[in-house]
Amino acid sequence: MNKVLVIGASSAQAQATARLFAAEGSRLFLAGRDQQKLDDVAADLKARGAAQVESLTLDLNDFSRHQELIAAADAALEGLEGALIAHGSLGDQAAGQADYAVAQGELTTNLLSPISLLTILANLLEPRGGGCLAVISSVAGDRGRQSNYIYGTAKGGLSVFLSGLRNRLHRAGVRVVTIKPGFVDSPMTAHFKKGLLWAKPEAVAKKIHCAMLKGKDVVYAPAFWRLIMFIIKALPEPIFKRLNL
Amino acid sequence: MEAYQSWGRYTRASHEVVRPFWRPRSLDLSGLPATALPYGAGRSYGDVCLNHGGGLIDCRGLDRFLGFDRHQGVLACEAGATLAEILGLAVPGGWFLPVTPGTSLITLGGAIANDVHGKNHHRAGAFGRHVRRLELLRSDGARLICSPSRNPELFAATVGGMGLTGLITWAEIQLKPLSSPELTVETIKFHGLEEFEELSRQSDQHWEYTVAWLDALSRQNPRRGLFMRAKHMPGPSERPQADARPRALLSAPFDWPGWALNAWTLRAFNLLYYHRQRPRLKKTVQPFAGFLYPLDAIDQWSRIYGRKGMMQFQCVVPFGQSEALRAMLDLIARSGTGSFLAVIKAFGDTPSPGLISFPRPGITFALDFAFKGPKTLALFKELIAVTRAAEGALYPAKDACMGADDFQAFYPNWPELAKHVDPRFSSSFWRRVTQGQREFLP
Repeated sequence: MNKVLVIGASSAQAQATARLFAAEGSRLFLAGRDQQKLDDVAADLKARGAAQVESLTLDLNDFSRHQELIAAADAALEGLEGALIAHGSLGDQAAGQADYAVAQGELTTNLLSPISLLTILANLLEPRGGGCLAVISSVAGDRGRQSNYIYGTAKGGLSVFLSGLRNRLHRAGVRVVTIKPGFVDSPMTAHFKKGLLWAKPEAVAKKIHCAMLKGKDVVYAPAFWRLIMFIIKALPEPIFKRLNL
Repeated sequence: MEAYQSWGRYTRASHEVVRPFWRPRSLDLSGLPATALPYGAGRSYGDVCLNHGGGLIDCRGLDRFLGFDRHQGVLACEAGATLAEILGLAVPGGWFLPVTPGTSLITLGGAIANDVHGKNHHRAGAFGRHVRRLELLRSDGARLICSPSRNPELFAATVGGMGLTGLITWAEIQLKPLSSPELTVETIKFHGLEEFEELSRQSDQHWEYTVAWLDALSRQNPRRGLFMRAKHMPGPSERPQADARPRALLSAPFDWPGWALNAWTLRAFNLLYYHRQRPRLKKTVQPFAGFLYPLDAIDQWSRIYGRKGMMQFQCVVPFGQSEALRAMLDLIARSGTGSFLAVIKAFGDTPSPGLISFPRPGITFALDFAFKGPKTLALFKELIAVTRAAEGALYPAKDACMGADDFQAFYPNWPELAKHVDPRFSSSFWRRVTQGQREFLP
């Protein structure tokens, strides 16, 4: 896979993954909100060996530009083969509880925007009969917890959407990869205190890169989260509701 | 407040920390206390990377390349990239670091700020010589390109300037062509400093890298040691290319108990190390990482010195002052507190563009010590006095201990650096050696 669209390219995990593609001499198209950040990332990827790096600056919550983005990437890469959707926001749970407008904003960024992009991408790749769509969801979507259930709702909805999309596109040979990172030490989580469960974006990127090449279905990153979430999902609700999670 | 330490781990300093993930276009110190200091990989041993009670700018998030000219070997990258990351890009392209210290796990910014040197100092000089230009952000809002020809005074102050002249955001360095990532290595047993100096003289012309290990614990005279000289193999290797950093094979994820390293275990180690080869001269071929970065294979190795941490003594004394080195070795052997093997190397006479630069013609000598409180400090005081009498100098990147008068004797042009220090920047080291403030040790 050497023609890859990276959406939310200035996120730590997307950047680290794009570096792995760059080292293989891939052609990359970056999308993000901040021109200067995209320029910095593009220069880095070129130095690391990417054969081509182009970018488009846009607000990914501006749904009216999604068609334009994917058409531009497809044209620049002369037929995109893979896409990584990595944009997202980790909103303030308390603010979302207090004010639905905040919650709606979270759901727009983390759920509806990826769904809109995936709809266009799926309809582009399905008739071509190949390609890979990788999307960063989260372990937070596996079960609702009081500390971040609005973010969790968006990611949980996204995981369900991806499961359905995978089912639909399987016949066409288009692979859909759901990535569920745990705690990742990145600018998005800079204000958290880090502990043993935290992973570096580079470690998550290796899993993403490998999953995109091999076409895995659902990837937990790091892998131990599969076990943790298995246990968390298995807890009966009468017990779970009493926990301080 | 987060725990940012130096490699010696002998103290817990406290800082307010900002962690930029994007290269700032101007310096914003709001949110930090009165003073700030850039922090890289935290691999300096003492307090040059600490700013107790003040602010730190953690630069590890700035690790992007700006450009790599594969034909000319010119690489520009952000200051928080490590030398290992640079090697990861350079080596497959047929290029190598012009100068590298004994670890690849330091940042580019740290390499410049401490004007680091390596086993090829006799041929290549210090790191600063290979910096083509750098960008410096100052607290007055200035964003400056500094090079030997542009803002040359600020450039000279920044090379070896210990991070005090402002924030280096990126730098452009000249790499050297690499014939092979593998090295031909010769290891030669020697006895005494005269033999070491003779081997250095013989080898420095034809060998890219030279260094020696000396058994500083043995009371035997003349002292035994191993002299190592190496150069890159002439042709491309047939073996698959080695990684810049051998994957950390071992790790010291916790502090070892204080008694683990004692006079007996260390003597035994040194004895075994010396006798690992039988013949006087042994020839081998090694991947560069094994020769240049032996300790990078052990993650967090300074933890083996235990909870109290460790200190390193590194000085240089001019050629012809080997009496001083002998006196220091006697002091250390008598104290029985030194550890493992002492490293010695003859520096060349290539000058650095840096105003404050440690390497100078002479013999440098480095040795680790488990920190044992007043006993260790008393020994260091004696060693520093001998260094001063011999008109040598101590290496700020390793030092936790020298006084203001010592520093000012070793670096007589420090007032020049002081003129260029950014008014919002300071460090625990700088306050110690200019104002005599001791923030960590008695």
